[in-house]
Amino acid sequence: MSTNVVTFTIDGVEVKSAPDKTIIQAADDAGIYIPRLCYLKDLPPGGHCRVCTVKVNGRPVNSCTYPVAEGIVVENDTEELNSFRRNIIEMLFVEGNHFCPSCEVAGKCELQALAYRLGLLTPQMPYLYAQKELDATHPDVYLDRNRCVLCGRCVRASIHLDKKNVFGFENRGINMRISVNSNDGLKDTDLTKDDKAMSVCPTGCLVVKRQGYLTPVGKRLYDKKPIGSEIETKTVKS
Amino acid sequence: MSKPVVATGHFTGCFGCHMSILDIDERILDLVELVEFNKSPINDIKHFTKPVDIGIIEGGISNDENAEILMEFRKHCKILVAIGACALTGGVPSMRNLVPLKECLEEAYLNGPTVKSENTGIIPNDPDIPVLLDKVYPCHEVVKIDYFLPGCPPSADTIWNALVALLKGEPLNLDYELIKYD
Amino acid sequence: MTHHYREQIKNIANKYGNDRGYLMNIAQDIVKEFGYISDEMVAHVAEILNIPMVQVRDMVSFYSFLPRKPLGKNVIRLSNAVIERMKGADEVGKAFEKELGISFGETTKDNLFTLLHTACIGLSDQAPGALINNVPLTNLKPADVPQIIRDIKAGKNVSDLPQARVLLNLKKEGEVICAPLESGQAIRNALNMKPEEVIAEINKSRLRGRGGAGFPTAMKWDFCRKQKSPIRYLICNADEGEPGTFKDRVILTEYPDLVFEGMTIAGYAIGAKEGIMYLRGEYAYLLDNLEKVLAKRRHLGLLGENICGREGFSFDIRIQLGAGAYVCGEESALIESAEGKRGAPRDRPPFPVQKGYKNEPTSVNNVETLCCAARILEKGGEWFAKIGTKDSTGTKMLSVSGDCEHPGVYEVEYGITIENLLELVGAKDTQAVQVGGASGKCVAPKDFGRRISFEDLPTGGSIMIFGKNRDLLECMHQFIEFFIEESCGWCVPCRAGTTLLEKKFRQILDGKGTVQSLAELRRIAQTVKAMSRCGLGQTSANPVLTTIYDFADLYAERIKEEDGKLLTFDLQKAMKVGIEASGRTMEGVK
Repeated sequence: MSTNVVTFTIDGVEVKSAPDKTIIQAADDAGIYIPRLCYLKDLPPGGHCRVCTVKVNGRPVNSCTYPVAEGIVVENDTEELNSFRRNIIEMLFVEGNHFCPSCEVAGKCELQALAYRLGLLTPQMPYLYAQKELDATHPDVYLDRNRCVLCGRCVRASIHLDKKNVFGFENRGINMRISVNSNDGLKDTDLTKDDKAMSVCPTGCLVVKRQGYLTPVGKRLYDKKPIGSEIETKTVKS
Repeated sequence: MSKPVVATGHFTGCFGCHMSILDIDERILDLVELVEFNKSPINDIKHFTKPVDIGIIEGGISNDENAEILMEFRKHCKILVAIGACALTGGVPSMRNLVPLKECLEEAYLNGPTVKSENTGIIPNDPDIPVLLDKVYPCHEVVKIDYFLPGCPPSADTIWNALVALLKGEPLNLDYELIKYD
Repeated sequence: MTHHYREQIKNIANKYGNDRGYLMNIAQDIVKEFGYISDEMVAHVAEILNIPMVQVRDMVSFYSFLPRKPLGKNVIRLSNAVIERMKGADEVGKAFEKELGISFGETTKDNLFTLLHTACIGLSDQAPGALINNVPLTNLKPADVPQIIRDIKAGKNVSDLPQARVLLNLKKEGEVICAPLESGQAIRNALNMKPEEVIAEINKSRLRGRGGAGFPTAMKWDFCRKQKSPIRYLICNADEGEPGTFKDRVILTEYPDLVFEGMTIAGYAIGAKEGIMYLRGEYAYLLDNLEKVLAKRRHLGLLGENICGREGFSFDIRIQLGAGAYVCGEESALIESAEGKRGAPRDRPPFPVQKGYKNEPTSVNNVETLCCAARILEKGGEWFAKIGTKDSTGTKMLSVSGDCEHPGVYEVEYGITIENLLELVGAKDTQAVQVGGASGKCVAPKDFGRRISFEDLPTGGSIMIFGKNRDLLECMHQFIEFFIEESCGWCVPCRAGTTLLEKKFRQILDGKGTVQSLAELRRIAQTVKAMSRCGLGQTSANPVLTTIYDFADLYAERIKEEDGKLLTFDLQKAMKVGIEASGRTMEGVK
């Protein structure tokens, strides 16, 4: 057994990987896309969205935290898993208040793109229509919790990339929300529009002001190609 | 053999989806060949006169009139297709769902900055005006919907391809670019 | 005002060495002092501990027992768990509302009382129960309420009220837990062996974790011991929050020495110097006595430096009080909580035995498991292995509540059938038995021949009995409501899924569901089960998933045939607000 390389399969395709990788990292390197929402390459995994759930030897696990191991059998692109993933995306659409037609992030929104990729035509679970707070106190940035999916990317990016602590969580369960490091909104934090945390939001929740609708419809990130194709088209490492 | 019958309806929305139907350009001539239109704002037939094969509806359900007409559609249409963000999700009009209706009405007619002076506003109450519902409902929360076409509006190609597939009795497999929420 | 609390908060933080790891204790002390912890206080704590305010708020906002707004001088927390409601908690609640002139969630104008609901408080055998200022009251009746309020108003201590009486209710004593113990004997036996031999002895007993999952205890200890780390921790999980469980209440009241004996042995076996007992906030009333027992054991040389005269074996125990969060019974959430953070479970691997408390190898064991371990070291692994079944050795402490004549705690041998158990507790005309609490399985009469054991029907101890006259699905719905309340919110399927599951379930219960609704219910339930991050989420759909087939009739009789028009949509109701707001009448429409 080699200590430098482990070999396993994803949907029957043999994948080789360094032993210290997670399944999602190994899959990315191999050009296999595992759908994900809260995971971002440059951040420690959060384990919030569960979209990247795969089955390892028949058991559902989180591919952004689960380490690769010699000989494991990973299922990814199956109808069962994709329907569970679709259901999770649907849950997020009815949990938040996502008005795609008027959102400046439509077309490059990862939540929306996942819905497209997974074939969700429209959410049919009951809408919650919960009132969510909008924080527009900051001169350059706003935080619209209506569009928040609680992926925690901003929380992690602020800590790990910006070495700040601008964001965190508050409350629990269905009342959980993003909170900021002040008692008086984003204006009293040390967030700037150039923070890395500002570039990681998968939806239109955390947005730089005065920058909306710059890309015309038809030319936006996910207008023509589904999310994940950037990984699938990557040359497989030899 | 008689042609399949199609009806279209609109509820709370901007009529953009009907514009998109018309946007199929010259294919509308094919459509007229293919189908017979019953109740629709396009031909201004106000009431159903026969059973309908495919009903196409746009807009969310924000008042009692919307709800009743939608139920009429369900009653008369074998297949009911909801098209566009408003029909599917309530759309932009459903932004009001985040605020209680009473507050919305008071803001609009009594307290808002455009109300001329204090104590002169009145919440419209004419019997002919439909009653606003507590919230704007997506169509599928009122009646059973058979097919959904998202978009704001769905593109003419989306509508055309879907309609052709349904008329031919084929499964609805639309290309990636044709499914958009905006 | 500001200066006043600033100084006190400083002192409180100082008491805990301004250590961020004690953030929860600091917040608890602040709440004890001021009744709540405001945003300003949160900011102040952050400043003193030199940590971001957002982290303090994160922790504080997570726990039910850390209010962020002022409450009344007396806080009444009435349990609205399923069994409590079966036994009349709703009526008692109404009596409180009437007497105080407020609704649940409100505080009286004179700021004397706040009325709240809380989940199961471990008193289902003497339900309905409530905590008033953390003092438990049992067997409440609506007629008691006026006098209770009068007495408190008159300045009487809550603990002096006649209802402030927790019955032991130990109905059947077995040979493992409920036997006499000579303190220190098991420890001395253990110290005569090498730690590895202690683990081997446990292995011989085939002891499995009593929390419900049944992981072999010896294996857990062995994993933990083998981690390359100079520091290891032992945690006793005394956060029994599963609705209908109260066996730890009995153990901690009656056999605390046995628990601490087991913790000490575990500490020796895995090589830990520090043990933490994580005690659920609802059991705060047990704290004083537990501390006394710990002090006594320190005095006897059973805790502290050089235990039982053994050079180099030091072990001590601190009790970490929880603050009202069911999810903290999950071991990784418990660890987060013990570190003074929000009780969000962790992803595994790494497992707690690899990276647990303060990222060091940690063995988390159930109260009862540790008791068994102590007894095994007293009487031997072979003796223990003879009790119970092949895969479930020993006895199980069962908390029995609901429709039976003798609710209480029963120590029974593993392998007992539901049928025999029902007979033992005096249950007649049983419609269903909920084995393993809200997250467990609802067992139908056809399966009453099944056995309580890891290989058949595992349970952490909760047995709830539903008689024929109960609306079983309403009970299941209350379980789902409980999970909504207790979801930590970290992952989507549990956070949003449980709420959506409840909505669909409610529609069906209200007779507005169609065949399609049932399919939708299943779709949501299966997603929650398969995709959730931790045990709470994965089991939160069980009330639906374990009844939808075995009690299919109960669903079928509520399902209506669809005619295209959805029964969930009620036009008249939807029009009501609009009609009222515009001053019209329903008759005046069209």
